[in-house]
Amino acid sequence: MSRPDDDYRWPHKHLLGLEDLTPADLRHILRTARGLEDVSTRSVKKVPALRGKVVVNLFFEDSTRTRASFHLAASRLSADVLEFSAKGSSVAKGETLRDTARNIEAMGIDAIVVRHQQSGAPHQLARSVQCSVINAGDGQHEHPTQGLLDIYTVARRLGRDDFDLTGITVAIVGDIAHSRVARSNVHGLRKLGAGVVLVGPTTLLPRGFADMGCELSHDLDEVLPRVDVVNMLRVQFERLQSQAFPSVREYSRFFGLTVKRMEKAKREVIVMHPGPINRGIEVESAVADGPNSAVLAQVANGLAVRMAALYLTTGVNAGVNTGGNA
Amino acid sequence: MSVMRVIADADKVKSLSDELCRSIAQGLSPKSGQPWALVGLRSRGDLLAQRLAKTLKPEHVGSIDITLYRDDLSEIGSQPLVRTTEIDFAIDGLNVVLVDDVLMTGRSIRAAMQSLIDLGRPRRVWLAVLVDRGGRELPISPDFAALDLTGKSRRNAVGEDELVEVYLEPADPCDAIVVRNRTEQGNAIP
Repeated sequence: MSRPDDDYRWPHKHLLGLEDLTPADLRHILRTARGLEDVSTRSVKKVPALRGKVVVNLFFEDSTRTRASFHLAASRLSADVLEFSAKGSSVAKGETLRDTARNIEAMGIDAIVVRHQQSGAPHQLARSVQCSVINAGDGQHEHPTQGLLDIYTVARRLGRDDFDLTGITVAIVGDIAHSRVARSNVHGLRKLGAGVVLVGPTTLLPRGFADMGCELSHDLDEVLPRVDVVNMLRVQFERLQSQAFPSVREYSRFFGLTVKRMEKAKREVIVMHPGPINRGIEVESAVADGPNSAVLAQVANGLAVRMAALYLTTGVNAGVNTGGNA
Repeated sequence: MSVMRVIADADKVKSLSDELCRSIAQGLSPKSGQPWALVGLRSRGDLLAQRLAKTLKPEHVGSIDITLYRDDLSEIGSQPLVRTTEIDFAIDGLNVVLVDDVLMTGRSIRAAMQSLIDLGRPRRVWLAVLVDRGGRELPISPDFAALDLTGKSRRNAVGEDELVEVYLEPADPCDAIVVRNRTEQGNAIP
């Protein structure tokens, strides 16, 4: 067609990471989320877009909110949802990831939402099945929908309706080395033009991130006054076996976001946290519940972003586009 | 070469939308005094509704995005962009005039009605279109249509393989109604 607003077409069948997406892809998925956000505020919180499709939540790692968010997102689009946990299933009996997936797929599935402790597991899955695969977090690699919802939250809060983040500086604070949230955020933010400062203890701050255009810092107090957003990563006690991590008390003293420390920040600074918060460790309660906090908006936006991910990936098939008067 | 004919220029589009205004005003006059709304289908129906609203001055103007209600989502290659539905007033008990640029199969209108009803229970719904080009696949007919291309008059008839498009500012460079061959993927705008 000749009209200017419909020449972009989402090309991806899977959503495995933000590293694979172009700035145009990112903007399209975020704009789609904007269109879907309002579904959750109406009296009938459901649209028929994915009617008759089946989405599987395949989680090999504990998760409550991401799983619930994907479940609700699929429900709001009228898809059927099948919940599949690794615990107490055939996986515990020694089945391989590929066999599990292909057995599930044989039930007539349109999309698999997968979380796995192994980096790259969703990519392997995508190669062995016909349906769409959405990465809900793989090891220390990526958590693309978390990255997208963080970016969406920033853009909405700052009124950047075009999802161009040029001129915005975001600090990501904490255990960068083991964080898939940080990795997805960095890829997405850089592609949309934002500046990124990564802040953490030396042992948890890989120098490789400098090659991705990030500034690295060990001094939160120095960084805080010049950033527009501060994204506090969760201390992952369950993932920490190494001695790279200082004591919790020491960590909190240098990298915790306290009321006192907030005095150094810009007045309008946006405070984010992927949850669940360890109150008093990463973020002091008064800050987490304060006016700068966007934590609850993140949760609400996560729903819209996941609806967009499901809607877009399941729409890509071999069919031909038939435009016209309808 | 693109086979395209312009069947209405900017002046003609203006007189057609004036005519649409008159017939809506006339059609709704038995309900005068009751609050009502113009609701346009994104994106050209939305622009049209905003123009009609300048003359008709309804209590509410809104726009509806039908993408999520389309019945052909699984058939088209890639999902079209979902836009926001902007209806910031209560639909319950309201008289609503749905506005679209071109009416053909009626499937968009079915989707719009479902979308509208998910927002509340309107008292009555009318349909106003700038062009009715025929080719219905559902039992839907317009209450108000400014230009009839359904083939009742031979001069105006359009073929099944032809596409009728309405161009409206500011989304398009100028106002026009054009007929082009369905297979053409031209980019020319008059």
